[in-house]
Amino acid sequence: MSHNTLDFQSVDIGDSLPDLPIDLTVSLIVGGALVSRDFTQVHHSKKAAQDAGMQDVFMNILTTNGLVGRYVTDWAGSDARITAVSIKLGTPNLPGDTMTMTGAVKAKDDAAGTVEVEVTGKNAWGDHVTGTVTVALPMGA
Amino acid sequence: MATSKEEFEARLQEFVGLEIGAPEVGADLVNEPMIRHWCEVMEDRNPVYTDPAAAKDSVHGGIVAPPTMLQTWILDGFDMATPEKQPMNKQRELHAVFNEQGYTGVVATNCDQSYDRYLTPGEQVSGTTVIETISEEKATAIGIGYFIETRTTFRNQDGEQVGWMVFRVLKFKPSAQPAAAPAGDDGAPAAPVRLRAPRTHDNGWWWNKIDEGELHIQKCGECGVLRHPPRPMCGECRSIEWTSIISTGKGVINSYVIMHHPPIPGYGFPIACALIDLEEGTRIISNVVGCDLDEVHIGMKVSLSIENVDDEMKLPLFKPAQ
Repeated sequence: MSHNTLDFQSVDIGDSLPDLPIDLTVSLIVGGALVSRDFTQVHHSKKAAQDAGMQDVFMNILTTNGLVGRYVTDWAGSDARITAVSIKLGTPNLPGDTMTMTGAVKAKDDAAGTVEVEVTGKNAWGDHVTGTVTVALPMGA
Repeated sequence: MATSKEEFEARLQEFVGLEIGAPEVGADLVNEPMIRHWCEVMEDRNPVYTDPAAAKDSVHGGIVAPPTMLQTWILDGFDMATPEKQPMNKQRELHAVFNEQGYTGVVATNCDQSYDRYLTPGEQVSGTTVIETISEEKATAIGIGYFIETRTTFRNQDGEQVGWMVFRVLKFKPSAQPAAAPAGDDGAPAAPVRLRAPRTHDNGWWWNKIDEGELHIQKCGECGVLRHPPRPMCGECRSIEWTSIISTGKGVINSYVIMHHPPIPGYGFPIACALIDLEEGTRIISNVVGCDLDEVHIGMKVSLSIENVDDEMKLPLFKPAQ
């Protein structure tokens, strides 16, 4: 078993996750869309994005989900298992901006061995994403 | 063709509960190269996705796919760039019904995913999507519209459920096309800035003086009473003759709030908004800067500091008096 994972007992409601600033480059936005197999034009063509009323290509939801999941397992460790991700979408993630992820433990379910982490990804325009990640943690000795 | 709202909404409800079409079956089995490409871009270093030895020692016992890739395994890929290539299904039919009535905009608002377990290489994922609910008509910030919720159930090749997703979109009538913010010279979007004060015939001169670094107070040309904000007529003697004096910028906080919401882009919330009694006798509302927010208090002596809050805009801000 991995020793780099938080155990369920060691996590308390109110614990904060370290902030994670993510540079929103065109490469991340386009790359994220393509590795998630999402070829919708607004995520890789600036012209298509502008025709849709945006100023540039913007991040697709799968990339947002991927970054949210990564943020929580970066903190919890490799033996943490994500069981649910529930997100609300707000301001778009556009190139040239930075999204800063913050998070805190909101609830613990002793029976299920899961904790709920509240996550926010904020960019210059406001909250890009707010939501909850449910993650199962190993029981400590 | 004119359609009553009742007819339109009845037509919408015919879609509720329908499967949008045959299950969407992943073209690729869950596989390590696609997982690795995903992790590269997300900069996800979790070894259970890419390091066979570490993955074997983990709770998973071997390589697994990031759970948030769930939908990736069933997406159409390159054909998505060409909407005409997409086969008609009930979801697209529903959107077409909306488009006919002018609800042409679509924006995703929520995505809930639940994972029964992590997927492993070699599994073939398919997804069955049902149109679950269509809301009543709602007024939103971007226009009136309807929320559509679809539920996709994901199964593997043996029919075992591996996860589900509820996806919520707003199908709306664009009110006014939101103006795209201008891009900077380098092509990057301009950072959001504070709302600009409208400069009118009656107050433009006052803002021009701020740009020159002076805080002016309007003074009646007949009776000499001071007034702020600028306006055309004296409230005391109704004269429309006026001049102005330059304020010393010294004042005392009469009242204040620490504003957190709504977090309007460009302001750096929370901020202290104060009503300040200037020593000349008029009041002005502005921000208090240059100290911790919890130091701001009623009766605090403050002094003017005209500062740039972005590349273009100057504001008369107030700092604790020395």
